[in-house]
Amino acid sequence: MLEIRNLHARVDEKEILKGVNLVVKPGEVHAIMGPNGSGKSTLAQVLAGRDTFDVTEGDILINGESVMELSPEERAAKGVFLAFQYPVEIPGVRNSYFLKTALNALRKARGEKELDAMDFLKLIKERMKVLKIDESFMNRSVNEGFSGGEKKRNEILQMAILDPRICIMDETDSGLDIDALRIVASGVNALRGPERGMVVITHYQRLLNYIVPDIVHVFVDGRIIKTGGKELALELEKEGYTEVAR
Amino acid sequence: MPGVAVYESAFNELEPALKKAGPAWVHDLRRTGLDHFRALGFPSLREEDWRFTRTRPIAEVDFRPAPGGAAQDAARIASLTFDDGACLRLVLVNGRVLAPTPRSLPKGVWIGSLAVALAERGDRVQALIARGVDLEQQRFAALNTAFLSDGVFIDIADGAVVEQTVHIVHVTVPGETPAMTHPRLLVAVGRNAEVNLIESHVTTAEGGYFTNSVSEFVCGENASLHHVKVQRESARAFHIAMQHATLSANSRFSTLGVTMGGALVRNDVHTILAGPGIDARVDGLYVAGERQHVDNHTFIRHAQPHCHSFELYKGVLDGHARGVFNGRIYVDPVAQKTDAKQENNCMLLSDHARINSNPQLEIFADDVKCTHGAAIGKTDDDALFYLRSRGIPVGDARDLMVYAFASEVLERITTEPLKHRLEDDLFAWLENARLARTAAR
Repeated sequence: MLEIRNLHARVDEKEILKGVNLVVKPGEVHAIMGPNGSGKSTLAQVLAGRDTFDVTEGDILINGESVMELSPEERAAKGVFLAFQYPVEIPGVRNSYFLKTALNALRKARGEKELDAMDFLKLIKERMKVLKIDESFMNRSVNEGFSGGEKKRNEILQMAILDPRICIMDETDSGLDIDALRIVASGVNALRGPERGMVVITHYQRLLNYIVPDIVHVFVDGRIIKTGGKELALELEKEGYTEVAR
Repeated sequence: MPGVAVYESAFNELEPALKKAGPAWVHDLRRTGLDHFRALGFPSLREEDWRFTRTRPIAEVDFRPAPGGAAQDAARIASLTFDDGACLRLVLVNGRVLAPTPRSLPKGVWIGSLAVALAERGDRVQALIARGVDLEQQRFAALNTAFLSDGVFIDIADGAVVEQTVHIVHVTVPGETPAMTHPRLLVAVGRNAEVNLIESHVTTAEGGYFTNSVSEFVCGENASLHHVKVQRESARAFHIAMQHATLSANSRFSTLGVTMGGALVRNDVHTILAGPGIDARVDGLYVAGERQHVDNHTFIRHAQPHCHSFELYKGVLDGHARGVFNGRIYVDPVAQKTDAKQENNCMLLSDHARINSNPQLEIFADDVKCTHGAAIGKTDDDALFYLRSRGIPVGDARDLMVYAFASEVLERITTEPLKHRLEDDLFAWLENARLARTAAR
């Protein structure tokens, strides 16, 4: 489903990704754990098509097809979704309008029929209920004045509405208290399925108590240095990255 | 025959007819206007107030007074402006009020043609007109006064409330030769009286012409006046507008100017807070492309204590468009506890578009809160990536962001059909601008 081959990327002269290899099969949840500054967020952004990074080597494939030359919106149409570590505030754009525009753009790109206002409303109400999101959310500007927890829930709501094939969650747990974390995690778990691959990027093991991964990768200095089962996360928590990296 | 002479000769030609229109004092006022305009002439770039705006393109044209134009039906007006069925509408074609004065007005409310008002209630007009504007200094207001013949007069007696929004539509029908109009709007709102006003400037065809308008507002104690002006002149037109408001104690005033049309536009918006406890808003949105030039000069004077003024101007400039914003706030020594906030933000969509933004705060009281901010930017890359990562194509994403930026001003319009019309037009404008950029590439 997602395959990353020997990916190298840099900003200006600084190399950040130094040969990342990863294969995510449908239905799998992968956790990428690593210390701050190791390049995890860069990997997430490069996957989604951010052009501030220069990819110097390697390839990214979705269902066997390279997406290196595709724009962020084209990748989204292929089913890539990035839940941002810091969701962007966009004053003046209503959340409901934003979501409807995005969903219909995706449907159009995939050759599906666009949803009318009624169908969209039905869909969104149903998904908001699952994520315990207040309906007033929809009339507010995208992320503007949202609390940390609201922003993250909004990301998961978008994920639930846009129905991607491959979800990349960048530090989804950061800034969440335990209640918010539970809600977000249950939202994510509700989206797990045999058709969908997930990559959960996190600094802390805590999140993985709620979103239990199939495979855990240790990411240090722009590379995956170790891969294992979910018990690897516990090991990391106990020993620290330096120990495991050794 | 460029420059001032054009206007002198037009005045001389018209004078026999003008003399007959209205009482004798009006003609004296016209002559005073002409004298001041002659003395001041067209501005040069050396004048502080005109240093970024060249009026030579106007001075070079031999404008003639606009001939009478044909009446426009309601459907046409709606297509040029908005669905104003709920409004009380007054239409001027080429500067003249055509439709009869609306009937069934509330008691104490006079709304109608200024020409009619000059004939029927000249004393009242005389007491109000040319009181705020300074004909000795403001050359274009002086020029407008020289040709004073018609326009709109609104006179609301103490305590009267006009429930319906008044919609004044200025339609220019461009002809064979370049024409000029000098519309005048005079509004007096009495103590505790209320009125909402929309002013539209539109054209039936693309053509070169010159609109030189003057609006004068006088607000009584505890009165409420809310005003929106929408300017969508022809892309070849010149639009110069002087607006002057004098506000009394505890009145509530707002003015919001939307500029979309015109090749060369200059708006002077002066608001004088002449009593304590006033709440004033001065907002504007300008959207310009190609080689349009839009100059907004605002002046807010806090002459009395405990007043609040809030000013927000936003601009979107594309192509080779040029914007000028000069926001002057003057706080008198007695105007303690003044709370004044000014913001001017502009978005540049092309590398060739330019804005000169100049806040000018002159504060002579010591216990005041005055802030100003100006931001000039392009679309935020983080927000753009965020929208695109959700599947929204780059062009749409960029439009959406510019739209969101500009809509903060439009959001303040309370007449829903007008707001929606402007939102649609803004979207259409952004899309056209984008297509033009793509085609140019």
